[in-house]
Amino acid sequence: MKQIQLTQVSKRFGDVEVIPPLDLEIEDGEFVVFVGPSGCGKSTLLRLIAGLEDVTSGAVIINGEDATGIPPARRSLAMVFQSYALYPHMSVRKNIAFPLRMAGLDKAEQNRRVEDAANVLNLTEYLDRRPGQLSGGQRQRVAIGRAIVREPTAFLFDEPLSNLDAALRVGMRLEISELHKRLATTMIYVTHDQVEAMTMADKIVVLQLGVIEQIGSPLELYRNPQNIFVAGFIGSPRMNLLEGSEAAAHNAHTIGIRPEHISISTDKGDWEGVVGVTEHLGSDTFFHVSCPAFANPLTVRAGGDVDLSYGTKIFLTPDKAHLHRFDDKGLRLT
Amino acid sequence: MARATSNRQKLITSIIAWAAAIVIFFPILWIIVLSFKAEGDAIRTPLGVLTSSWTLDSYAVVQDRSDYLKHFFNSVIVAVGSTLLGILVAVPAAWSMAFVPSKRTRGILMWMLSTKMLPAVGVLYPIYLLFIQLGILDSRTGLVIVLMLINLPIIVWMLYTYFREIPAEILEAARMDGAGMRAELLYVLTPMAIPGIASTMLLNVILAWNEAFWTLNLTAAKAAPLTAFIASYSSPEGLFYAKLSAASVMAIAPILVMGWFSQKQLVRGLTFGAVK
Repeated sequence: MKQIQLTQVSKRFGDVEVIPPLDLEIEDGEFVVFVGPSGCGKSTLLRLIAGLEDVTSGAVIINGEDATGIPPARRSLAMVFQSYALYPHMSVRKNIAFPLRMAGLDKAEQNRRVEDAANVLNLTEYLDRRPGQLSGGQRQRVAIGRAIVREPTAFLFDEPLSNLDAALRVGMRLEISELHKRLATTMIYVTHDQVEAMTMADKIVVLQLGVIEQIGSPLELYRNPQNIFVAGFIGSPRMNLLEGSEAAAHNAHTIGIRPEHISISTDKGDWEGVVGVTEHLGSDTFFHVSCPAFANPLTVRAGGDVDLSYGTKIFLTPDKAHLHRFDDKGLRLT
Repeated sequence: MARATSNRQKLITSIIAWAAAIVIFFPILWIIVLSFKAEGDAIRTPLGVLTSSWTLDSYAVVQDRSDYLKHFFNSVIVAVGSTLLGILVAVPAAWSMAFVPSKRTRGILMWMLSTKMLPAVGVLYPIYLLFIQLGILDSRTGLVIVLMLINLPIIVWMLYTYFREIPAEILEAARMDGAGMRAELLYVLTPMAIPGIASTMLLNVILAWNEAFWTLNLTAAKAAPLTAFIASYSSPEGLFYAKLSAASVMAIAPILVMGWFSQKQLVRGLTFGAVK
C-alpha cells in the first residue's frame, strides 16, 4: 500500500527553485533513505513531507488523504532532528511523554507507554534526568523515544547520527535498523552518508540539486547506477570513472569500474601503472595506482595480505562483466 | 617544584584580585564607615575617622528630617513599575524580531541602541515641557513612563538575544509532537524564555533604581525616589558627610541586598549571548 505519495511537489525559496516538481511514492513499512551531497534538497524534501515547509506546488498525500494544507501537528508523523531538539526544561520522562500529553492521553497510559519506550531504548534509569545531563547518544535515544511513543504513521529522521562520534554512530545505526524491523513502521531517513544509506535502507532515493537521480534498493543502485552521479556517489571507495581512448574503445564517453573489479598482476595486464599511496584496512588493502593512460589515479582493492611498496610497477585488468558504460550526458548505456 | 610555583602564582593572583576588589569597594566601605560617625568626626583624617567613636546619630537625624519610607516606596514603584511596563512593551517586540525577522530588523535594533548614545540632557528640555503640559511633573506615573522609555532599548536588546538562543528546531519538534499554537507557547516557548525575562527584569529594576538624572530633574517633593533623597543631603548649607553617607547607605542597601542574592542570575543575564 502506498502510504506517502508526493505528486508534482516543488519548492521555491524566493527566486530559487530548490526542488523542481517531482513524484515519489513510499510504501507502507518501508525504510527509505534520502541521500545526496549537502544542499541537494534532501532535508527540504523531508520537511515538506513533515509540513514544516509549505509546498510551492503539488500535493503531499499521506494514507490516501491530501495532507498538503494540514499543519505538522495533525499529520501524525514523528520526527527526529539532527540537534535532537529535546525540551531542555523537561525531564526525559516528560520529553518522551510530551506527544502523548498533546494527544490528550490519560496519565496512567502516558506512564505505561513512556516506561515501554524507555525499556526498549535502555533509558529507564535516566527518566528523571534533564537532557543536559545526558550524553549525545542518550539524547539521541530520548529523541527516538519521543518519536516512537506516539505510534505514528511514519518516522522522519533528519541526519540523526551526524552529531555522534564514529563508534556510537555504528551502534545507533544498528539500533535504528532493529527498531524498524520490530515496529515495521515506515521510516524516512535523510543522510549525506552513503554508508548509512547502503546499510539501512530498503529503498534509496539519490538526490542532486533537488532532482531525484535514481530510486532503488541499495544493491540495485550499486550494481546498476543509472548515471555517473549515482555511480560516483554510491560505493566507498568511489567507482573509478575513466574517459578518453579507453572509454571510446568500449563505445562509451565514460566507463566506470569499481575498485573490487580490477585485478592486479606484476607481469601482465591491460593497463600499466605505478603504486602510489596504500591504505591498509586489515581485511582489505586499497592501492591508489597512477596509470599513464588516465588523468586520475585508480583505486584498486586487494586482499588484506597483499603488500606492494610505493613506486612498484604493476599491471591492472578490469573485469569486463562489471564495466559500467555512460554516454556523454552521463547516462547509463545498455 | 612545579606545584610550588603554581601555588605561588595562585597566591599572587589572589593578592592582586583582592587588592583590586578593595580599591573598587573602598568608596562604598568608606561611606558605610562615615555613616556611623558624628558629623565632626567625619571630616577628620582617615586615621582620626577610624579611631573616633561610633554612633547611630546620623541615621536618626536623616530619618527625622526626611521621610525615608516615602522615598523608598517611590523608588520601588518607579523601578518595578517601569520594569513591568517595559517588559510588556518589549516582549512582543523582541519576540517578533527574533522569530519573524524582516529585512529591517537589524536596522531597527541598531537605531534603538543609537538612542542610548544621545546625552540624556539633550532631550531634557522637551521632555520637561511635555511633562508640564501633560501635568505629570513630579508624579510617579511620569517617572514610570520616562524610565521605561529610556531603558526600553536595553530591555528589547536583552530579550532579543535571549529569544534568539531558543533553537527553532525545538519549536518545530513541538509542532511535530502535535502541539498547536497555544500548547507550543505555553509548554515550550514560555518556560524556555522565562529565565531570560527574569534576568532582564532584574537588571532593569537595578538600572531604574539607580537612575538619577531624570528622577532629580523631573521630581520635587511628591514623587522623589531615593536618588533624590540622597541628593538632598548634598546641600548649599554646607557638606554634611555623615548624614550624606547615612542617606546613601539607606538608599543603596535594598538594591545591594537584592543584587547580592540574585548575582548568579544577573551575571548570566549580562554575559548571555556574549560567548557565542
